Amino acid sequence: MSETLWDQLIYIVILLLKIVAVVVPLILTVAYYTYMERKVIGYMQLRRGPNRIGPAGLFQPFADVLKLLLKEIVLPANANKFLFVLAPVLSLAPAFAAWVVIPFNDWMVIADIDAGLLYLLAMSSIGVYGLIIAGWASNSKYAFLGSIRSCAQMVSYEIAMGFALVGVLILSGSLNLTEIVLAQQGGLLDWFWLPLLPLFVVYIISGLAETNRAPFDVAEGESEIVAGFHVEYAGAAFAVFFLAEYANMILISALTAILFAGGWLSPFEGLWLVGDTFLGQGSIFWFLLKTVFFMYLFLWWRATYPRYRYDQIMRLGWKVFVPITMGWVLVAAVFSVFGLVVRGS
Amino acid sequence: MNTITRFLKSLLLLELAKGAAVTLRYFFQPKFTVHYPEEKTPKSNRFRGLHALRRYPNGEERCIACKLCEAVCPALAITIDSTQREDGTRRTTRYEIDLFKCIFCGLCEESCPVDSIVLTDVAEYYFEDPSEQTMTKDKLLAVGDRYEESIAANRRQDAAYR
Repeated sequence: MSETLWDQLIYIVILLLKIVAVVVPLILTVAYYTYMERKVIGYMQLRRGPNRIGPAGLFQPFADVLKLLLKEIVLPANANKFLFVLAPVLSLAPAFAAWVVIPFNDWMVIADIDAGLLYLLAMSSIGVYGLIIAGWASNSKYAFLGSIRSCAQMVSYEIAMGFALVGVLILSGSLNLTEIVLAQQGGLLDWFWLPLLPLFVVYIISGLAETNRAPFDVAEGESEIVAGFHVEYAGAAFAVFFLAEYANMILISALTAILFAGGWLSPFEGLWLVGDTFLGQGSIFWFLLKTVFFMYLFLWWRATYPRYRYDQIMRLGWKVFVPITMGWVLVAAVFSVFGLVVRGS
Repeated sequence: MNTITRFLKSLLLLELAKGAAVTLRYFFQPKFTVHYPEEKTPKSNRFRGLHALRRYPNGEERCIACKLCEAVCPALAITIDSTQREDGTRRTTRYEIDLFKCIFCGLCEESCPVDSIVLTDVAEYYFEDPSEQTMTKDKLLAVGDRYEESIAANRRQDAAYR
């Protein structure tokens, strides 16, 4: 009896260590993602971005965090205090919780569960509540407008996103993320982005809309409704929203890498030139490289495109993405039935 | 036909790709930014910065208290009192420029018959106390002494156009 208790304790400690091993690098990545964003956008505008604090401005994220933590959290008059404080936590928790099922390579995953993809969809849907509650609890018209906008937008794009994932499901035949990656075994051309190209594009764009990033950032809409759902937030509470937004972006990038770009698999697999060397083998390195690539796309597009008008966003989501994804799901089914895409070759 | 091509163009995201190509090109281009305190952009020799009163090479102050600058100053920033010195020359006892009033138009320099009041190319200065806004005669002469070399060099370069 005492031995099993001891075993359980060890199990829990190991689990906690695993979680820390994922969350701490994740938070650091978020910090440096903000730095990367400012650098990339600066470079695209022929500026240099932050370069004063530390070598090449590398300590800038810590200075920003320190500034935010030292600031006062203002509770607006007539705001619902409980929900006001709860909202940032509600938006942050799912963004972190989703990382439980992300496989970094063939054995590095906290929970290798069979319904991983469903779990992810559920988590990304819960994230909306944080925004809606934040907008409602702040008792401000700008915040409320922002939360209404983001609510409708995220619900619309979740459909297109879900359908894009159905295509992946059909080809891989599994909801388990590790198996989805293994089903893409082979080189660059064996990954799902090629047979599912339209779904791949729709997924990335819906990912932009899901995370309320430019050009779909009407929920914040600095030029129209000041900062949208988080106008009334300051200091640490705002920092939590910030953290959640960037964690979500990194999550979407990681998911795109796993579902469409072969996760930890090497793009050169099977090429005689690289053979069985490091370049030819799948490893966490490839997963991180692909994730960073998709993270870069987020910033690249933010620096390029102006914000969509609200009716255009809705039109794109319902009249373009939903039909495209539904159509291509059928095509994927045909691929699958006639064996045109070989699973895990 | 036109509708179809437009539909295909928007569906294939051609214009968006074009836009992304532009930003990617700029990403790799050299940056305009000048690292200010370490690097500085070149200044014109006609730059109108901090004021200074100059001296002749023998150490005698140039100003003869003609008060033309005081008269021409559109912002009424210059205040001059004058008296007769022991050697019989007319000199200022007070020469003050209120930097908050000054609009750095350079008319004082243009009006000066002896090139005494000049605008140097010094643009980096500050006050720690609001009362320091007034440039007294001593301060102006000190500025002139300190930057005489660059003042003279700038005037030499521009001499042909004066």
